[in-house]
Amino acid sequence: MKNKFVKAILVIVLGSALFTSCKPKNSGDAVSGDAAQRVYVAPGKYDEFYNFVSGGFSGQMSVYGLPSGRMLKVVPIFSQDPESGWGFSEETKPMLNTSEGFIPWDDQHHLELSQTNGEVDGRWIFANANNTPRIARVDLKRFKTAEIIELPNSAGNHSSPFITENTEYVVAGTRFGVPGDYENGDVPINTYKENFKGHISFIKVDKESGKMDLSFQLRLPGVNFDLSHAGKGKSHGWFFFTCYNSEQANTLLEVNASQRDKDFIMAVNWKKAEEYIKAGKGKIEKTKYAHNTWNDETHTGTSVIKDEVLVLDAMAMKDICYLMPCPKSPHGCDVDPTGEYIVGSGKLAALIPVFSFDKMINAIGKKDYEGDYEGIPVLKYNSVLHGEVQKPGLGPLHTEFDGKGNAYTTFFVSSEVVKWDIKTLKVLDRVPTYYSVGHLCIPGGDSKKPFGKYLIAYNKITKDRYLPTGPELTQSAQLYDISGDKMQLLLDFPTIGEPHYAQAAPADLIRNNGQLKIYDIKKNNHPRVAKGEKETKVVREGNKVHVYMTMVRSHFSPDNIEGIKVGDDVYFHITNLEQDWDVPHGFSIRRAQTAELLIMPGETSTLNWKPTKVGIVPFYCTDFCSALHQEMSGYIRVSPAGSNVPLSYSLGTNLPASSTK
Amino acid sequence: MNKSILLVLSLALAIACGKKEASAEDNYQPGGGEATTEAAADPASYDPKRGEGKYDTVELGATLDQAMATKGEEVAGVKCTSCHKMTDEKLVGPGWKGVTERRTPQWIMNFITNPDPMIDKDPEVQAQLEICLVRMPNQGVSDDEARGILEYMRKNDGVK
Ligand SMILES: [Cu+2]
Repeated sequence: MKNKFVKAILVIVLGSALFTSCKPKNSGDAVSGDAAQRVYVAPGKYDEFYNFVSGGFSGQMSVYGLPSGRMLKVVPIFSQDPESGWGFSEETKPMLNTSEGFIPWDDQHHLELSQTNGEVDGRWIFANANNTPRIARVDLKRFKTAEIIELPNSAGNHSSPFITENTEYVVAGTRFGVPGDYENGDVPINTYKENFKGHISFIKVDKESGKMDLSFQLRLPGVNFDLSHAGKGKSHGWFFFTCYNSEQANTLLEVNASQRDKDFIMAVNWKKAEEYIKAGKGKIEKTKYAHNTWNDETHTGTSVIKDEVLVLDAMAMKDICYLMPCPKSPHGCDVDPTGEYIVGSGKLAALIPVFSFDKMINAIGKKDYEGDYEGIPVLKYNSVLHGEVQKPGLGPLHTEFDGKGNAYTTFFVSSEVVKWDIKTLKVLDRVPTYYSVGHLCIPGGDSKKPFGKYLIAYNKITKDRYLPTGPELTQSAQLYDISGDKMQLLLDFPTIGEPHYAQAAPADLIRNNGQLKIYDIKKNNHPRVAKGEKETKVVREGNKVHVYMTMVRSHFSPDNIEGIKVGDDVYFHITNLEQDWDVPHGFSIRRAQTAELLIMPGETSTLNWKPTKVGIVPFYCTDFCSALHQEMSGYIRVSPAGSNVPLSYSLGTNLPASSTK
Repeated sequence: MNKSILLVLSLALAIACGKKEASAEDNYQPGGGEATTEAAADPASYDPKRGEGKYDTVELGATLDQAMATKGEEVAGVKCTSCHKMTDEKLVGPGWKGVTERRTPQWIMNFITNPDPMIDKDPEVQAQLEICLVRMPNQGVSDDEARGILEYMRKNDGVK
């Protein structure tokens, strides 16, 4: 995908005589002498910002401190994670359930922090899964994925998860046009124009709990929805999406989807859509999607399959959606902090068009259309345009804002970040990136209140930056100081692959939001919890064996189990009895077919194991927990199927009853 | 962990060492960090009969409070007895037999609710650590729960 994109862009590069070199200069350029000091955070001191970075094809989210660039955590969301047991433990498996069963991987592109009144509020962060369309909510008190909702009628869930200024909705637009789930999908691919549609999902978010609910979908022409942002302030109530492939090509898109001079930014009046829904204009369609929620008291995920969705045909309603022509395959769609300016970045264009919300409303009022596109009005380019940034660079992708009237745009092909004035559209400064930069992030940079001190660029290619590690080099981020007139490069830091979008917020906002340090064991309502060693036991139910086990520095209870047989289906329900911050214990068992468990203080987690061989099987703690960590272990005796060794378990007695037989 | 104590502690340190003030949250606490190790260098301020924490005195009844002891036994079952036996036998930590005769009630209450600073300062606990090699964890025991545990320990030591 990356290669095709590069190829498409090469056409423009070759055609341009203005830029003699698109490669960055040598690797030391743009670094000033005191950069090290400005990113140094002394041992034991905290960083100023949290940076949440999408994990791309790792399916996860990583968390960094800024300005140090130190990685603090990887939060598993859409992919199984052996380090934490996410997607391996019985409790977390339901979180990766979909309408087509358990799916252990995804491609995680964008992140969006929840907002209140257009400002980052530090409560949740939303994440998209690109491949099997899903949206997740990560709870920032626990840094844990709390909810995952699958999206029907979608494919390539790219323009998501973007939110409205009070987190009323999370939206998700489909990158690939496909027939809806409620239509016949067994059609020739070359009937794209007739049969393929695009659906945009509106997910309602509960104000208090954050719980998500797929409220409705808009049915739209089959184009590729790429990115999005909500209006804010005066444009609250509107959403903006970039669309490419308005040619509706279905093959060799690098040429066939680049035919038209202009594609579109689609403006959606979601308040109007709400009115139509209320008036009963939506239609309930049959489909199937999973809705998975995490319960913090039972420490268990639940997956529910839903079977219908409310669809509103936006092509039939003439006043929900409007199209604004936008030069050549627009990618990023970014709204400035005032809500007046909408920046579209045509990735094959050599200019940046900036649209005016006021002009758009005015043009809609006067029906200043140049025609329609499959029933959706197309506004006149010149009627909605605030202006164009001329010759900013090559391959503009994404724009964020510093809250002081400036915009910062990344350029994939010319590998640079360019600072420009939103009102005058004059280029003010440019710095190289190393290189092929995609998204960028300014803490709060897509909200009403950016913290315009740092800018982080997320690079696709990292040639010449780090020690070589085989054919693949780590992807990277670069930190710039933007507090002055000129941007200054301060730091490179590696990321998990491949970083797309990111969000950042002041550290205090996150760490003072009621951060959880332990799970209170009194509130542990896991159905198979053992609250103390006296509640530990081993229970056989047919060929299922349930082990209620506890762990504490530095032993398991029980630590000797006999009477397990080949062919048994064994469940270890393990409770960590610690109530001390940062004392997880691990549990691993020889030849387990899953992963380890990593269990937090006060938490219960379950590992399933099916013994296949007769013999003695050790288990041990994987997380170094005390001076006696190596001693934290135990044994299981596995007897042949049909054996009459009775079930027994013990701790601290060297002769279980069965051993005497 | 008791925040006010830590704050006092780190403020005292800040003055003593001429350092910038650090808030309690900024110090790394578990396992002995800046605050705890440096504080250990000044044993003069530590009273080994009282320990360190919020308790100066603890009023004990002449006879056992049975209800309180039962509650204490419950809490101990979840948070304590995986490491402490009721006999004098060592498990992960020392056995509880006779603890209410060896220690004052306020020392026990302080140690249960505020273990880390005491592990760093108390000479007898340090000697104990050389034997057990596991620091007693802060189990997030509330004041009420701690008092119940103390009553349960008294019951174990024969108070009627
Ligand atoms: Cu352990």
